[in-house]
Amino acid sequence: MASLKRRSGLGRVGFWALLIFILLIFMSPFLWMLLNSLKTPIQIITLPPSFWFKPTLSNYSNVFEQQEFGKFFINSLAIGVGSTFFGLLLGLPAAYAIARYNQGRLATLILLARMIPGISLLIPWFIMFRALHLTDTYLALILTHMLVGVPFIVWVMIPFFEAIPKELDEAGRVDGGSTLQVFLHVILPISGPGIVTASIMAFIYSWNNFMFSVVLAANNTKTLPVAIYNFISYAQIDWGGLMAAAVVITLPVLIIAILTQRFIVAGLTAGAVKG
Amino acid sequence: MGAGHPRNRLRGMGFVDRHAKWLFPLPAMVFIFVMMIFPLIYTLYNSFTGWSLSSGAPRTWNHFANYARLVHDDRFLLSIVRMFYFTVAAVAVELIIGTAVAVFLNRSFRGKNIIQALLLLPMMATPVAVAMVWMLMFEPTAGIVNYLLSIVGLPQPGWLGEARWALPTLILLDVWEWSPMITLMALAGLTNLSSETLEAAAVDGATPWQTFWRITLPLLRPTLTVAVLLRVIDALKWFDTIYATTGGGPGYATETLNIYTYQQAFSYFNFGYVSSILVVFFAIVLGISLLLSVIRGRVEA
Repeated sequence: MASLKRRSGLGRVGFWALLIFILLIFMSPFLWMLLNSLKTPIQIITLPPSFWFKPTLSNYSNVFEQQEFGKFFINSLAIGVGSTFFGLLLGLPAAYAIARYNQGRLATLILLARMIPGISLLIPWFIMFRALHLTDTYLALILTHMLVGVPFIVWVMIPFFEAIPKELDEAGRVDGGSTLQVFLHVILPISGPGIVTASIMAFIYSWNNFMFSVVLAANNTKTLPVAIYNFISYAQIDWGGLMAAAVVITLPVLIIAILTQRFIVAGLTAGAVKG
Repeated sequence: MGAGHPRNRLRGMGFVDRHAKWLFPLPAMVFIFVMMIFPLIYTLYNSFTGWSLSSGAPRTWNHFANYARLVHDDRFLLSIVRMFYFTVAAVAVELIIGTAVAVFLNRSFRGKNIIQALLLLPMMATPVAVAMVWMLMFEPTAGIVNYLLSIVGLPQPGWLGEARWALPTLILLDVWEWSPMITLMALAGLTNLSSETLEAAAVDGATPWQTFWRITLPLLRPTLTVAVLLRVIDALKWFDTIYATTGGGPGYATETLNIYTYQQAFSYFNFGYVSSILVVFFAIVLGISLLLSVIRGRVEA
């Protein structure tokens, strides 16, 4: 490695000290969440805060047994997987067509979906779904979460498909394949990394979604973010339970993010490359 | 879609091939039409009607009455001011901190990948869940933040519970969440900057400060422009953390346009009036997005 020797005032020790300081700031809420989820309610509000104590799991059992977080977890998972799957089903062919046939107008339409304030759709959706008796159903939540997912999937996939040489499509067609067959058997199998990036981001957006779910979900389909929000409407805030619930909600996302880091960074910059 | 069936294969191939251009995006287009275009048209229509679910009165056509009311609605006007204050302050601070951290991290050291992975976490973690932790940390009496301030002997504000401090606190939370995105995008942009260039600059006697302004920043400008564009679009619409922590309060201290719209719709059920707010909101976000896209085009040209 041609490492750069810097002659700035910052020495080796200074560099690592500053690095740890930066990390501590950005990680502090996660550490605090985890630490307090293992404390009793009294320990949580006792000052000075203790860092050495006998951990308890009672907050977690409370969250799962009395607050039914298991059910909300399943709801979040089903809606996340469902909206990602159907999002891919619509988004992949659309992105392919935009990349191959220069469907500029469609690209603009999809960019519009990225810019639009969600609330300007939420109110008509609420009226629409109520008229169709679809509030509090998986269908309504999956459809609404897809409006965030599909534009993102298309946006990640357009530059990806554009990078695949057109000769590959043509070779497939010479072999007697239809456009659909070429897309399914030639293009998609080599688009793995792009599809992984798009799926991870679409799933995380759905998992984290709060505004659509808080309006459209009720007892049957309540997702985790809505459940933790309802948690604080009690007169006495149960901080231990709240922190345990926060761990249950964020841990899956954090694990996915760390394991698929390079895909996510690619996804973040995908919107940056083309526009 | 029987056209793809083997029996019709010859005819089907021709049909799909001839029309792949619009057949492939058709499902997505139908979806976007039903879920986005139709609701927008419906909202535009509603904005010209008097319609309140809570009053129970029948819907009436009232022309521009809703829009006329907007001009005199102080809560609406102030919420726009707060929205811009939040967006400009948050994105400016994120840009500075994010770029500074990127320049700081732009060297090879052991564990760089782990650091980059950890920097992803603030923006990936569920905002509502993290908001709960902030409420505990910034709790005026039992929170760690005020405890630390008391040790150093600094005044301890009421943070989210105090009207003067609530919006700056929310800006701080947004900075925590999104500065790392600027850092990661800038780091990706900086990989093009060769160490030879920097060394050459150092040999020529350039100070690190000069190197940053003359070499690093111009190189990063396209990346940072996109980052700012994405951040502004999202900050204007930010909802989750604000609604979960303060709900727009105390009083209306943190009521941005998005929160006010939500309250008009789902606390007061003024569907006619709120539709006129939505039209304005949509126009503002779209206008700013287009403006920034044009600026971006200039920067890249």
